[in-house]
Amino acid sequence: METLKTISGYFATIGVAFTVGFLFMGFRRILTARVQNRVGPPIYQNLLDIIKLWSKESAINHGLMQHMGPAFSITASVTTLMFIPVLRDGNWFQNFSFEGDLIFLLYIMVFGQLGMALGAGQTGNPNSAIGVSRGLSQIVGYEIPFVLALTALMVYHETTSLHEIMAAQDSIGGWNIFVNPLAFVAGIIAFLGMTHYTPFDVPFAPAELASGPPSEFGGKYLGMMMTSGSIFAFAKLTLFVNLFLGGASNLLELLVKALALYLIPVIIGIVTPRFRTEQAILFFWKWPTIIGILSILWVVWMR
Amino acid sequence: MEINDKDTLTIVEHIKNFARRHSLFVLAYGTGCGAIEIPPTMTSRYDAERFGIVGRATPRQADVLLITGYLSVKTLKRVIRTYEQMQDPKYVIGFGSCTINGGMYWDSYNTIKVLDQYMPVDVYINGCMPRPESVISGFIKLQQLIKAGKADGWKKYQENLDWYRANQKKVIKNWNMPDYNW
Repeated sequence: METLKTISGYFATIGVAFTVGFLFMGFRRILTARVQNRVGPPIYQNLLDIIKLWSKESAINHGLMQHMGPAFSITASVTTLMFIPVLRDGNWFQNFSFEGDLIFLLYIMVFGQLGMALGAGQTGNPNSAIGVSRGLSQIVGYEIPFVLALTALMVYHETTSLHEIMAAQDSIGGWNIFVNPLAFVAGIIAFLGMTHYTPFDVPFAPAELASGPPSEFGGKYLGMMMTSGSIFAFAKLTLFVNLFLGGASNLLELLVKALALYLIPVIIGIVTPRFRTEQAILFFWKWPTIIGILSILWVVWMR
Repeated sequence: MEINDKDTLTIVEHIKNFARRHSLFVLAYGTGCGAIEIPPTMTSRYDAERFGIVGRATPRQADVLLITGYLSVKTLKRVIRTYEQMQDPKYVIGFGSCTINGGMYWDSYNTIKVLDQYMPVDVYINGCMPRPESVISGFIKLQQLIKAGKADGWKKYQENLDWYRANQKKVIKNWNMPDYNW
Protein backbone atom coordinates (compact mmCIF):
# COMPACT_ATOMS: atom_id res chain seq x y z
CA MET A 1 0.00 0.00 0.00
CA GLU A 2 2.76 2.37 0.96
CA THR A 3 4.63 1.56 -2.26
CA LEU A 4 1.53 2.17 -4.33
CA LYS A 5 1.08 5.54 -2.67
CA THR A 6 4.70 6.47 -3.40
CA ILE A 7 4.44 5.45 -7.04
CA SER A 8 1.17 7.33 -7.53
CA GLY A 9 2.95 10.28 -5.94
CA TYR A 10 5.49 10.30 -8.79
CA PHE A 11 2.78 10.54 -11.43
CA ALA A 12 0.80 13.05 -9.39
CA THR A 13 3.93 15.20 -9.15
CA ILE A 14 4.33 15.24 -12.93
CA GLY A 15 0.64 16.03 -13.39
CA VAL A 16 0.70 18.85 -10.86
CA ALA A 17 3.92 20.23 -12.35
CA PHE A 18 2.51 20.27 -15.88
CA THR A 19 -0.81 21.82 -14.82
CA VAL A 20 0.76 24.49 -12.65
CA GLY A 21 3.38 25.16 -15.32
CA PHE A 22 0.96 25.87 -18.15
CA LEU A 23 -1.41 27.83 -15.90
CA PHE A 24 1.45 30.05 -14.74
CA MET A 25 2.53 30.63 -18.33
CA GLY A 26 -1.04 31.47 -19.29
CA PHE A 27 -1.13 33.86 -16.36
CA ARG A 28 2.02 35.48 -17.68
CA ARG A 29 0.44 35.94 -21.10
CA ILE A 30 -2.66 37.55 -19.57
CA LEU A 31 -0.56 39.81 -17.34
CA THR A 32 1.56 40.89 -20.33
CA ALA A 33 -1.63 41.57 -22.29
CA ARG A 34 -3.12 43.71 -19.51
CA VAL A 35 0.06 45.74 -19.23
CA GLN A 36 -0.17 46.36 -22.99
CA ASN A 37 -3.86 47.34 -22.63
CA ARG A 38 -5.10 44.16 -24.31
CA VAL A 39 -7.54 41.45 -23.22
CA GLY A 40 -5.18 38.56 -23.72
CA PRO A 41 -5.80 34.85 -24.28
CA PRO A 42 -7.66 32.58 -21.86
CA ILE A 43 -5.52 31.20 -19.04
CA TYR A 44 -5.57 27.67 -20.51
CA GLN A 45 -4.23 28.87 -23.87
CA ASN A 46 -0.88 27.09 -23.42
CA LEU A 47 -2.69 23.78 -22.90
CA LEU A 48 -4.56 24.30 -26.18
CA ASP A 49 -1.28 25.08 -27.94
CA ILE A 50 0.29 21.91 -26.55
CA ILE A 51 -2.71 19.73 -27.49
CA LYS A 52 -2.73 21.20 -30.97
CA LEU A 53 0.97 20.58 -31.46
CA TRP A 54 0.67 17.00 -30.20
CA SER A 55 -2.21 16.38 -32.63
CA LYS A 56 -0.28 17.49 -35.70
CA GLU A 57 -0.35 14.76 -38.31
CA SER A 58 3.13 15.11 -39.74
CA ALA A 59 6.44 15.52 -37.97
CA ILE A 60 9.59 15.79 -40.00
CA ASN A 61 13.07 15.52 -38.60
CA HIS A 62 16.52 15.84 -40.08
CA GLY A 63 18.11 12.92 -38.30
CA LEU A 64 18.37 10.96 -35.09
CA MET A 65 19.79 13.74 -32.94
CA GLN A 66 16.96 16.12 -33.76
CA HIS A 67 14.60 13.35 -32.80
CA MET A 68 16.42 12.92 -29.48
CA GLY A 69 16.78 16.61 -28.59
CA PRO A 70 13.22 17.18 -27.30
CA ALA A 71 13.32 13.77 -25.63
CA PHE A 72 16.49 14.80 -23.76
CA SER A 73 14.78 18.01 -22.80
CA ILE A 74 11.69 16.34 -21.33
CA THR A 75 13.79 13.64 -19.63
CA ALA A 76 15.91 16.29 -17.93
CA SER A 77 12.82 18.22 -16.83
CA VAL A 78 11.16 15.19 -15.29
CA THR A 79 14.41 14.04 -13.68
CA THR A 80 14.97 17.49 -12.18
CA LEU A 81 11.44 17.48 -10.86
CA MET A 82 11.81 14.00 -9.40
CA PHE A 83 14.80 14.99 -7.27
CA ILE A 84 13.15 18.07 -5.76
CA PRO A 85 10.95 17.38 -2.73
CA VAL A 86 7.68 19.14 -3.53
CA LEU A 87 6.36 19.36 0.02
CA ARG A 88 8.27 19.87 3.24
CA ASP A 89 6.91 17.13 5.48
CA GLY A 90 5.17 13.82 5.14
CA ASN A 91 6.30 11.20 2.65
CA TRP A 92 3.78 12.09 -0.08
CA PHE A 93 5.44 14.03 -2.95
CA GLN A 94 8.95 13.48 -1.63
CA ASN A 95 9.94 11.48 -4.73
CA PHE A 96 13.65 10.64 -5.04
CA SER A 97 15.20 13.38 -2.91
CA PHE A 98 18.28 12.18 -1.06
CA GLU A 99 21.24 13.53 0.89
CA GLY A 100 23.28 15.68 -1.47
CA ASP A 101 20.51 16.26 -3.97
CA LEU A 102 21.49 19.91 -4.31
CA ILE A 103 24.82 18.93 -5.92
CA PHE A 104 23.02 16.51 -8.22
CA LEU A 105 20.50 19.18 -9.24
CA LEU A 106 23.30 21.57 -10.19
CA TYR A 107 24.38 19.02 -12.79
CA ILE A 108 21.04 17.75 -14.04
CA MET A 109 19.49 21.19 -14.53
CA VAL A 110 21.68 21.99 -17.55
CA PHE A 111 21.30 18.54 -19.09
CA GLY A 112 18.10 19.40 -20.93
CA GLN A 113 19.60 22.47 -22.55
CA LEU A 114 22.66 20.51 -23.63
CA GLY A 115 20.43 17.88 -25.23
CA MET A 116 18.46 20.63 -26.93
CA ALA A 117 21.71 22.12 -28.20
CA LEU A 118 22.72 18.80 -29.76
CA GLY A 119 19.27 18.40 -31.32
CA ALA A 120 19.19 21.92 -32.68
CA GLY A 121 22.72 21.54 -34.01
CA GLN A 122 21.70 18.75 -36.34
CA THR A 123 18.93 20.72 -38.03
CA GLY A 124 21.56 22.71 -39.94
CA ASN A 125 19.57 25.90 -39.54
CA PRO A 126 21.95 28.84 -38.99
CA ASN A 127 19.47 30.51 -36.65
CA SER A 128 19.51 27.41 -34.46
CA ALA A 129 23.29 27.38 -34.32
CA ILE A 130 23.45 31.05 -33.33
CA GLY A 131 20.71 30.53 -30.74
CA VAL A 132 22.51 27.54 -29.26
CA SER A 133 25.81 29.40 -28.96
CA ARG A 134 24.03 32.31 -27.30
CA GLY A 135 22.09 30.03 -24.97
CA LEU A 136 25.16 28.10 -23.84
CA SER A 137 27.07 31.35 -23.30
CA GLN A 138 24.22 32.58 -21.16
CA ILE A 139 24.33 29.38 -19.09
CA VAL A 140 28.02 30.09 -18.41
CA GLY A 141 26.91 33.53 -17.24
CA TYR A 142 24.12 32.66 -14.83
CA GLU A 143 25.53 29.42 -13.43
CA ILE A 144 28.19 31.33 -11.49
CA PRO A 145 25.87 33.47 -9.32
CA PHE A 146 23.56 30.47 -8.98
CA VAL A 147 26.33 28.24 -7.67
CA LEU A 148 27.58 31.03 -5.37
CA ALA A 149 24.09 31.47 -3.90
CA LEU A 150 23.70 27.73 -3.38
CA THR A 151 27.18 27.52 -1.83
CA ALA A 152 26.26 30.23 0.65
CA LEU A 153 23.19 28.24 1.69
CA MET A 154 25.13 24.97 1.86
CA VAL A 155 27.83 26.55 4.04
CA TYR A 156 25.27 28.21 6.28
CA HIS A 157 23.24 25.07 6.86
CA GLU A 158 26.23 22.69 6.68
CA THR A 159 24.31 20.33 4.45
CA THR A 160 23.70 19.58 0.79
CA SER A 161 20.27 18.12 1.41
CA LEU A 162 17.27 20.15 0.33
CA HIS A 163 15.28 18.46 3.06
CA GLU A 164 17.53 19.65 5.85
CA ILE A 165 17.68 23.16 4.39
CA MET A 166 13.88 23.20 4.42
CA ALA A 167 13.72 21.79 7.93
CA ALA A 168 16.09 24.48 9.18
CA GLN A 169 13.74 27.25 7.99
CA ASP A 170 11.01 26.43 10.48
CA SER A 171 9.57 29.92 11.02
CA ILE A 172 9.08 32.93 8.75
CA GLY A 173 12.01 34.67 10.44
CA GLY A 174 14.16 31.66 9.60
CA TRP A 175 13.52 31.74 5.85
CA ASN A 176 16.72 32.11 3.89
CA ILE A 177 15.31 35.15 2.09
CA PHE A 178 15.54 36.99 5.45
CA VAL A 179 18.50 35.14 6.95
CA ASN A 180 20.70 35.52 3.89
CA PRO A 181 19.15 38.17 1.59
CA LEU A 182 22.34 38.56 -0.44
CA ALA A 183 22.21 34.92 -1.50
CA PHE A 184 18.56 35.41 -2.44
CA VAL A 185 19.38 38.38 -4.65
CA ALA A 186 22.18 36.50 -6.40
CA GLY A 187 19.95 33.44 -6.78
CA ILE A 188 16.97 35.33 -8.14
CA ILE A 189 19.08 37.16 -10.72
CA ALA A 190 20.40 33.79 -11.87
CA PHE A 191 16.77 32.66 -11.96
CA LEU A 192 15.96 35.53 -14.35
CA GLY A 193 18.56 34.09 -16.69
CA MET A 194 17.17 30.56 -16.32
CA THR A 195 13.61 31.56 -17.25
CA HIS A 196 14.82 33.10 -20.54
CA TYR A 197 12.34 35.95 -20.25
CA THR A 198 13.41 39.46 -21.18
CA PRO A 199 15.96 40.95 -20.56
CA PHE A 200 17.72 37.60 -20.95
CA ASP A 201 15.83 36.14 -23.92
CA VAL A 202 18.52 36.66 -26.52
CA PRO A 203 18.86 32.90 -27.33
CA PHE A 204 15.21 32.75 -28.41
CA ALA A 205 14.74 36.26 -29.82
CA PRO A 206 11.94 35.67 -32.36
CA ALA A 207 12.35 38.92 -34.29
CA GLU A 208 16.05 38.38 -34.70
CA LEU A 209 16.73 34.64 -34.80
CA ALA A 210 13.36 33.17 -35.85
CA SER A 211 12.95 31.77 -32.30
CA GLY A 212 16.51 30.41 -32.14
CA PRO A 213 17.21 26.76 -31.24
CA PRO A 214 13.65 25.45 -31.82
CA SER A 215 13.32 27.20 -35.19
CA GLU A 216 13.43 23.92 -37.11
CA PHE A 217 11.24 22.00 -34.64
CA GLY A 218 7.57 21.77 -35.48
CA GLY A 219 4.53 19.72 -34.60
CA LYS A 220 5.06 17.07 -31.97
CA TYR A 221 8.68 18.06 -31.34
CA LEU A 222 7.66 21.59 -30.41
CA GLY A 223 4.80 20.17 -28.35
CA MET A 224 7.25 18.01 -26.43
CA MET A 225 9.48 21.02 -25.81
CA MET A 226 6.57 23.11 -24.57
CA THR A 227 5.48 20.28 -22.25
CA SER A 228 9.02 20.05 -20.98
CA GLY A 229 9.12 23.81 -20.46
CA SER A 230 5.96 23.74 -18.34
CA ILE A 231 7.32 20.97 -16.13
CA PHE A 232 10.73 22.59 -15.81
CA ALA A 233 9.22 25.96 -14.86
CA PHE A 234 7.45 24.30 -11.95
CA ALA A 235 10.58 22.39 -10.95
CA LYS A 236 12.69 25.56 -10.84
CA LEU A 237 10.05 27.47 -8.87
CA THR A 238 9.71 24.62 -6.37
CA LEU A 239 13.49 24.51 -5.95
CA PHE A 240 13.61 28.23 -5.19
CA VAL A 241 10.63 28.01 -2.82
CA ASN A 242 12.40 25.18 -1.00
CA LEU A 243 15.67 27.03 -0.85
CA PHE A 244 14.59 30.53 0.10
CA LEU A 245 10.95 30.52 1.21
CA GLY A 246 11.09 27.59 3.61
CA GLY A 247 9.31 25.07 1.41
CA ALA A 248 5.59 24.42 1.71
CA SER A 249 3.57 22.02 3.81
CA ASN A 250 0.64 21.77 1.37
CA LEU A 251 0.07 22.38 -2.32
CA LEU A 252 -1.87 25.61 -1.85
CA GLU A 253 0.95 27.16 0.13
CA LEU A 254 3.38 26.01 -2.55
CA LEU A 255 1.26 27.63 -5.29
CA VAL A 256 1.08 30.97 -3.48
CA LYS A 257 4.82 31.04 -2.79
CA ALA A 258 5.71 29.88 -6.31
CA LEU A 259 3.43 32.49 -7.86
CA ALA A 260 5.02 35.20 -5.73
CA LEU A 261 8.45 34.11 -6.95
CA TYR A 262 7.26 33.76 -10.55
CA LEU A 263 5.99 37.34 -10.56
CA ILE A 264 9.56 38.63 -10.18
CA PRO A 265 10.88 37.47 -13.61
CA VAL A 266 7.50 38.14 -15.25
CA ILE A 267 7.22 41.74 -14.08
CA ILE A 268 10.87 42.46 -14.79
CA GLY A 269 10.39 40.85 -18.19
CA ILE A 270 7.40 43.00 -19.11
CA VAL A 271 9.13 46.31 -18.52
CA THR A 272 12.62 45.64 -19.84
CA PRO A 273 14.11 45.41 -23.32
CA ARG A 274 16.58 42.72 -24.35
CA PHE A 275 20.25 42.45 -23.38
CA ARG A 276 22.75 41.49 -26.04
CA THR A 277 24.69 38.29 -25.31
CA GLU A 278 27.88 39.94 -24.12
CA GLN A 279 25.94 42.47 -22.06
CA ALA A 280 24.03 39.65 -20.37
CA ILE A 281 27.19 37.69 -19.58
CA LEU A 282 29.02 40.77 -18.32
CA PHE A 283 26.01 41.60 -16.17
CA PHE A 284 25.92 38.09 -14.70
CA TRP A 285 29.64 38.07 -14.05
CA LYS A 286 29.58 41.49 -12.43
CA TRP A 287 26.69 42.33 -10.08
CA PRO A 288 25.17 38.99 -9.06
CA THR A 289 28.61 37.44 -8.79
CA ILE A 290 29.81 40.21 -6.47
CA ILE A 291 26.62 39.86 -4.43
CA GLY A 292 27.08 36.08 -4.33
CA ILE A 293 30.66 36.39 -3.07
CA LEU A 294 29.49 38.90 -0.46
CA SER A 295 26.80 36.45 0.65
CA ILE A 296 29.42 33.74 1.18
CA LEU A 297 31.60 36.19 3.16
CA TRP A 298 28.54 37.16 5.18
CA VAL A 299 27.81 33.52 5.93
CA VAL A 300 31.40 32.85 6.99
CA TRP A 301 31.42 35.97 9.15
CA MET A 302 28.06 35.11 10.70
CA ARG A 303 29.14 31.68 11.78
CA MET B 1 -11.09 14.07 -39.86
CA GLU B 2 -12.14 10.67 -38.58
CA ILE B 3 -15.85 10.05 -38.19
CA ASN B 4 -17.08 6.89 -36.49
CA ASP B 5 -19.95 4.69 -37.61
CA LYS B 6 -22.55 6.78 -35.77
CA ASP B 7 -21.55 9.69 -38.01
CA THR B 8 -20.40 11.76 -35.06
CA LEU B 9 -16.96 12.87 -33.98
CA THR B 10 -15.18 10.93 -31.28
CA ILE B 11 -14.39 12.74 -28.05
CA VAL B 12 -10.67 12.80 -28.88
CA GLU B 13 -11.44 14.38 -32.23
CA HIS B 14 -13.59 16.97 -30.48
CA ILE B 15 -10.71 17.92 -28.18
CA LYS B 16 -8.23 18.01 -31.07
CA ASN B 17 -10.59 20.10 -33.16
CA PHE B 18 -11.21 22.53 -30.31
CA ALA B 19 -7.48 22.92 -29.74
CA ARG B 20 -6.75 23.33 -33.45
CA ARG B 21 -9.25 26.10 -33.98
CA HIS B 22 -8.40 28.00 -30.81
CA SER B 23 -4.67 27.91 -31.25
CA LEU B 24 -3.60 29.29 -34.63
CA PHE B 25 0.08 30.02 -35.05
CA VAL B 26 0.41 32.43 -37.93
CA LEU B 27 3.31 32.81 -40.31
CA ALA B 28 2.68 36.17 -41.92
CA TYR B 29 4.34 36.16 -45.31
CA GLY B 30 4.48 39.90 -45.81
CA THR B 31 4.71 40.10 -49.58
CA GLY B 32 2.76 43.17 -50.63
CA CYS B 33 1.43 46.22 -48.87
CA GLY B 34 -0.89 44.04 -46.74
CA ALA B 35 1.84 43.39 -44.19
CA ILE B 36 1.14 46.82 -42.73
CA GLU B 37 -2.24 45.59 -41.47
CA ILE B 38 -0.71 42.77 -39.43
CA PRO B 39 0.87 44.83 -36.59
CA PRO B 40 -2.41 46.57 -35.64
CA THR B 41 -4.19 43.21 -35.79
CA MET B 42 -1.72 41.65 -33.37
CA THR B 43 -1.19 44.56 -30.97
CA SER B 44 -3.28 46.44 -28.42
CA ARG B 45 -6.00 47.92 -30.56
CA TYR B 46 -7.41 44.72 -32.09
CA ASP B 47 -5.59 42.08 -30.01
CA ALA B 48 -5.77 38.90 -32.09
CA GLU B 49 -4.17 36.94 -29.22
CA ARG B 50 -7.53 36.69 -27.44
CA PHE B 51 -8.55 34.20 -30.17
CA GLY B 52 -5.32 32.27 -29.72
CA ILE B 53 -3.82 33.80 -32.86
CA VAL B 54 -0.10 34.27 -32.31
CA GLY B 55 2.65 35.12 -34.76
CA ARG B 56 5.43 32.62 -35.29
CA ALA B 57 8.73 33.23 -36.97
CA THR B 58 9.31 29.93 -38.77
CA PRO B 59 7.15 27.77 -41.06
CA ARG B 60 7.88 24.64 -39.03
CA GLN B 61 5.99 25.96 -36.04
CA ALA B 62 3.16 27.66 -37.93
CA ASP B 63 -0.37 26.47 -38.77
CA VAL B 64 -1.63 29.33 -40.89
CA LEU B 65 0.20 30.86 -43.82
CA LEU B 66 -1.05 34.38 -44.25
CA ILE B 67 -0.27 35.72 -47.72
CA THR B 68 -0.67 39.44 -47.53
CA GLY B 69 -0.94 40.76 -51.04
CA TYR B 70 0.35 40.23 -54.55
CA LEU B 71 2.86 37.50 -55.32
CA SER B 72 5.47 38.06 -57.94
CA VAL B 73 6.72 34.93 -59.69
CA LYS B 74 9.94 35.20 -57.75
CA THR B 75 8.22 35.27 -54.35
CA LEU B 76 5.77 32.53 -55.38
CA LYS B 77 8.68 30.13 -55.44
CA ARG B 78 9.61 31.01 -51.85
CA VAL B 79 6.00 30.85 -50.73
CA ILE B 80 5.61 27.35 -52.16
CA ARG B 81 8.74 26.23 -50.36
CA THR B 82 7.53 27.82 -47.13
CA TYR B 83 4.12 26.21 -47.46
CA GLU B 84 5.59 22.77 -48.02
CA GLN B 85 7.76 23.09 -44.92
CA MET B 86 4.74 23.59 -42.66
CA GLN B 87 3.40 20.62 -40.72
CA ASP B 88 -0.05 19.17 -41.41
CA PRO B 89 -2.78 20.24 -40.81
CA LYS B 90 -1.99 23.64 -42.28
CA TYR B 91 -4.15 26.41 -43.62
CA VAL B 92 -3.68 29.26 -46.07
CA ILE B 93 -5.39 32.62 -45.86
CA GLY B 94 -5.32 34.79 -48.97
CA PHE B 95 -5.34 38.39 -47.95
CA GLY B 96 -6.48 41.26 -50.15
CA SER B 97 -7.79 41.47 -53.70
CA CYS B 98 -4.42 40.61 -55.23
CA THR B 99 -4.61 36.99 -54.10
CA ILE B 100 -8.14 36.61 -55.47
CA ASN B 101 -7.92 37.99 -59.00
CA GLY B 102 -4.74 40.01 -59.20
CA GLY B 103 -6.35 43.20 -57.92
CA MET B 104 -4.60 46.29 -59.22
CA TYR B 105 -1.88 44.05 -60.66
CA TRP B 106 -4.35 42.27 -62.95
CA ASP B 107 -2.34 43.10 -66.10
CA SER B 108 1.13 42.89 -64.58
CA TYR B 109 3.65 40.75 -66.45
CA ASN B 110 5.36 39.21 -63.42
CA THR B 111 2.73 38.65 -60.74
CA ILE B 112 0.38 35.71 -60.45
CA LYS B 113 -3.31 36.49 -60.57
CA VAL B 114 -5.21 33.66 -58.88
CA LEU B 115 -3.42 32.21 -55.87
CA ASP B 116 -5.75 29.21 -55.69
CA GLN B 117 -4.16 27.69 -58.78
CA TYR B 118 -0.77 27.38 -57.09
CA MET B 119 -1.68 26.42 -53.52
CA PRO B 120 -4.97 25.59 -51.81
CA VAL B 121 -6.48 28.64 -50.13
CA ASP B 122 -8.92 28.01 -47.29
CA VAL B 123 -10.15 31.54 -46.66
CA TYR B 124 -9.98 34.69 -48.75
CA ILE B 125 -10.23 38.11 -47.15
CA ASN B 126 -11.15 40.68 -49.76
CA GLY B 127 -10.45 44.38 -49.72
CA CYS B 128 -7.63 46.62 -50.76
CA MET B 129 -6.49 46.72 -48.00
CA PRO B 130 -8.68 44.71 -45.62
CA ARG B 131 -8.92 46.44 -42.24
CA PRO B 132 -7.89 44.56 -39.09
CA GLU B 133 -11.58 43.92 -38.35
CA SER B 134 -11.97 41.98 -41.59
CA VAL B 135 -8.68 40.16 -40.96
CA ILE B 136 -10.04 38.97 -37.61
CA SER B 137 -13.38 38.04 -39.21
CA GLY B 138 -11.42 36.02 -41.76
CA PHE B 139 -9.72 34.14 -38.94
CA ILE B 140 -13.12 33.52 -37.31
CA LYS B 141 -14.32 32.13 -40.65
CA LEU B 142 -11.29 29.83 -40.69
CA GLN B 143 -12.15 28.69 -37.15
CA GLN B 144 -15.70 27.88 -38.30
CA LEU B 145 -14.34 25.92 -41.25
CA ILE B 146 -12.01 23.95 -39.00
CA LYS B 147 -14.93 23.27 -36.66
CA ALA B 148 -16.98 21.93 -39.56
CA GLY B 149 -14.01 19.92 -40.83
CA LYS B 150 -14.00 21.80 -44.13
CA ALA B 151 -10.58 23.45 -43.89
CA ASP B 152 -8.86 20.61 -45.71
CA GLY B 153 -6.81 22.46 -48.30
CA TRP B 154 -3.68 20.61 -47.15
CA LYS B 155 -5.32 17.30 -48.10
CA LYS B 156 -6.30 18.68 -51.50
CA TYR B 157 -2.71 19.75 -52.03
CA GLN B 158 -1.43 16.25 -51.28
CA GLU B 159 -4.06 14.60 -53.50
CA ASN B 160 -3.71 16.98 -56.45
CA LEU B 161 0.00 17.61 -56.14
CA ASP B 162 0.64 16.93 -59.82
CA TRP B 163 -1.89 19.54 -60.92
CA TYR B 164 -0.49 22.14 -58.53
CA ARG B 165 3.10 21.32 -59.56
CA ALA B 166 2.24 21.67 -63.23
CA ASN B 167 0.66 25.07 -62.60
CA GLN B 168 3.63 26.18 -60.51
CA LYS B 169 6.15 25.07 -63.11
CA LYS B 170 4.18 26.83 -65.83
CA VAL B 171 4.93 30.25 -64.32
CA ILE B 172 8.24 29.56 -62.58
CA LYS B 173 10.65 29.10 -65.45
CA ASN B 174 13.81 28.38 -63.44
CA TRP B 175 12.46 25.62 -61.25
CA ASN B 176 15.58 24.54 -59.39
CA MET B 177 14.33 23.86 -55.88
CA PRO B 178 16.88 22.31 -53.49
CA ASP B 179 16.14 18.92 -51.96
CA TYR B 180 14.31 19.11 -48.66
CA ASN B 181 11.95 16.81 -46.90
CA TRP B 182 8.52 18.08 -45.95
